[in-house]
Amino acid sequence: MAGLVYFSSGSGNTARLIERLGLPALRIPRDPAAPMPCPDAPFVLVSPTYSDGTGRGAVHRQVIRFLNDAPTRALLRGVIAGGNRNFGTTFALAGDVISRKCNVPVLYRFELAGTDTDLTRIRAGLTRFWSTEDTQCLMQA
Amino acid sequence: MKDFTAARPVPRAINWNRLEDDTDLDVWNRLTVNFWLPEKVPLSNDIQSWSQLTEDERQLTIRVFTGLTLLDTIQNSVGAPTLMVDAITPHEEAVLSNIAFMEAVHARSYSSVFSTLCQTADVDEAFRWSAENEHLQAKSRLILDEYAATENPLKKKIASVFLESFLFYSGFYLPMHWSSRARLTNTADLIRLIIRDEAIHGYYIGYKFQRGMERLPEAERNALKDFAFALLFDLYEIEARYTEQLYDGLGLTEDVKQFLHYNANKALQNLGFEALFPDDACKVNPAIMAALSPNSDENHDFFSGSGSSYVIGKAVATEDEDWDF
Repeated sequence: MAGLVYFSSGSGNTARLIERLGLPALRIPRDPAAPMPCPDAPFVLVSPTYSDGTGRGAVHRQVIRFLNDAPTRALLRGVIAGGNRNFGTTFALAGDVISRKCNVPVLYRFELAGTDTDLTRIRAGLTRFWSTEDTQCLMQA
Repeated sequence: MKDFTAARPVPRAINWNRLEDDTDLDVWNRLTVNFWLPEKVPLSNDIQSWSQLTEDERQLTIRVFTGLTLLDTIQNSVGAPTLMVDAITPHEEAVLSNIAFMEAVHARSYSSVFSTLCQTADVDEAFRWSAENEHLQAKSRLILDEYAATENPLKKKIASVFLESFLFYSGFYLPMHWSSRARLTNTADLIRLIIRDEAIHGYYIGYKFQRGMERLPEAERNALKDFAFALLFDLYEIEARYTEQLYDGLGLTEDVKQFLHYNANKALQNLGFEALFPDDACKVNPAIMAALSPNSDENHDFFSGSGSSYVIGKAVATEDEDWDF
């Protein structure tokens, strides 16, 4: 069974989502000097969005630093993106950017700290997603 | 010779290269990149669409916009300036001065809509209506009471986040409704720019609120949380009456209330609190959601098989130099 890696800034929204989700998760630190987590199994990344009106800067620099490590990136299987619909077309854009850069699917989008419905869907979705991932691994082996 | 010890204190010159809180610079950059003026939006393209609204629909729209103008006026002249007094960092003060100015731009932009689309007499009537409307006045007074109560800076922030992230939405609903029916689409574009700004304002003030909360003992944190939920209940009661008064005629009241619940929850999340309204009270009309964030697939859920799994190339700026693979 694989896990989650997430980033959350001072607003703490994504951290609250992860806490309520109750699944094991590694946190990417806010402090650039702190050590990055090194996942040793496939994982799904949960990332908020910080885009300006034109779409620039959607992915936080710490998340980019984390993904710039090739062995880490090789374990990334999908992305769940946070955002706010009030930002219109750039809502949860970090998911789209990471998806395109790393060639993994955007699995889900949520607003701020997520709703109860979001939590239910993410839990059920991850269970199903990892079971198909496992099957694929066995078939490749 | 003057007595130097009694000299007027001079603030320290602000150094943006020495930050105490990186979020100040991040938010400053977002706000300045997002700067806009109503002259950039081709509002005159809505003249024909405006003429196709019924007289009641036009009156409602002007009234809603005068209500929004009042909230922006309060935020520009009282709300943001009163938060500046409590700023922890000089950079926070600078960010709040940007917020104050953009609120003036928002307030000004409704008048651009009026001068482009409406008769002067109708607009004057609506401004009189807003000055006399009991619900609009009551919610403004509740917020202003907190802005005036200087003994607790965090209460001011709570009131400010509720204004930015909750109180605007009974008004924002209408242009999103028109937009979902292909009416007043340029006006809706302007409103979306305002909504985008208010989202950053609510986020930032909520973020500073959470930093303030961290310094307090648990008992004080609990008291502030109780205060926040009580204020939200009071504001919600007024908003519900205001919504009925505005939208009963169009049969939209229940739909607007779902939108209010959804936004009240988001305002609480900006403050770091949990949601108040259950998900089944937040079933916002999908057409309104689509008007709010066009192109963002409302039901995007790869897990359940809907939505596209991979994003197909879309022109979005990314800083490639940061990604070294």
